[in-house]
Amino acid sequence: MSGVFDFLSDSAHWSGSDGIPNRLLEHLQYSFGALLFVLLIALPLGLFVGHTGRGALGIAGVANALRALPTFGLLVFVVILLSGYLPGDFAYLGPSLLVLVILGVPAVLANTYAGVQSVDLAARDAARGMGMTGWQVLWRVEVPNALPLIISGVRSSILQIVATATIAAYVSLGGLGRFIIDGLSQRDYAQMASGAVLVAALALVLDLLLALLQRLVVSRGVTGRFETGGADAVPIDARKLTASVAASSDEGV
Amino acid sequence: MIDFLRNRPEDVIAWTWAHIWLSVLPVVIGLAIALPIGWLAARFRWTYPPLTNLAGLLYTIPSLALFVLMPAFIGTKILSPVNVVVALTIYTVALLVRVVADGLNAVPADVRAAATAIGYTGFQRFLRVELPIAVPVITAGLRVAAVSNVSLVSVAALIGVAQLGSLFTEGFQRDVMGVVLLGILLCLALALVLDATILLISRWLTPWRRAVAAR
Repeated sequence: MSGVFDFLSDSAHWSGSDGIPNRLLEHLQYSFGALLFVLLIALPLGLFVGHTGRGALGIAGVANALRALPTFGLLVFVVILLSGYLPGDFAYLGPSLLVLVILGVPAVLANTYAGVQSVDLAARDAARGMGMTGWQVLWRVEVPNALPLIISGVRSSILQIVATATIAAYVSLGGLGRFIIDGLSQRDYAQMASGAVLVAALALVLDLLLALLQRLVVSRGVTGRFETGGADAVPIDARKLTASVAASSDEGV
Repeated sequence: MIDFLRNRPEDVIAWTWAHIWLSVLPVVIGLAIALPIGWLAARFRWTYPPLTNLAGLLYTIPSLALFVLMPAFIGTKILSPVNVVVALTIYTVALLVRVVADGLNAVPADVRAAATAIGYTGFQRFLRVELPIAVPVITAGLRVAAVSNVSLVSVAALIGVAQLGSLFTEGFQRDVMGVVLLGILLCLALALVLDATILLISRWLTPWRRAVAAR
């Protein structure tokens, strides 16, 4: 571990295209780039299936099948399959990003669907009874109630993406995984372990930030967390019906 | 794909065996460790949040990073398969602690009270009443752990541990898609077999569920 400290405190490793800041930036770019596409695909689809109940079986099947699919194998397969058709740097970057998106989708999709699906029927009924349209029920009742599950789906998804982006260094992607792969080929354990520490730290920080976001954006009506707290806090079940409708009206979400 | 099978059958067989061991062993050891910890989290409620939070943190560490860090913690060589077994055991424990605790917490209070009333002491009650009732929940967690282990094990080919993932590195180096495809198919088949095996064990351990379903 002292080798790791030496590696990380060496100023030569903190500049240039293969320095730590640039590798970190690359890793963040790949991860959030992939996450953007994941959200664009998985959120609307998950909301649609959850709201209408159509295609629910398909979602469960896809999510399970993708868990069994070896991520590393998929990555290598897609790179070999597509790299011949793509020009220059994009030959490796494109396929890798595609795999990051494929692997990131199931968690958000399944959780969004499950979140909307698990909203109390009585709350939905109440919303309809108040005269809300289908869209209003979706945006003002179902989404706020499903938000904790949706965000935990995003958390799983970003962890999967960060981990796979690390492995993708093997198929010539940049990012923090480079330290691990290059260190291995140069028989430099200090470099490998430093890369591993940085990747683990990145994953932990991103997860904590999203946990914080979850606390900030989820309505207190849903979590049952109130500022007065203590004995006055009412557990979620008891006031689910009123809370979910109230959550849509006051102070935004 | 067929060529590789024909030319190097002994490699494929050896890698499949290694893959099975590296996937199954962590699940068995992980369950043995997670049961007492999960019991603790269910029995003493105040230990539940710290234990499950710690488990969640461990689960966030990317697999390749954990494999690489193992030698620094347990003093093994970087190429040792022990790194893979220990790292995957950590993931399995992290996944199962919450599952075991939730499964035990879901045992109905009146069942627990009835067991106490007919004379079961604390440990007997856990072993013969609470644990059997929690079996379906725990085996559901085991299935997730086993299936994801099959995928995670293949990543260890990057640090030189030979198993089905070696088909991915070899296929990449020689730019042969068929070899990679063979690895993917064998991994999928293995995941399917492990999943079905745990499901069967779960059915066998809970004969009363069949009796209830038949009525």
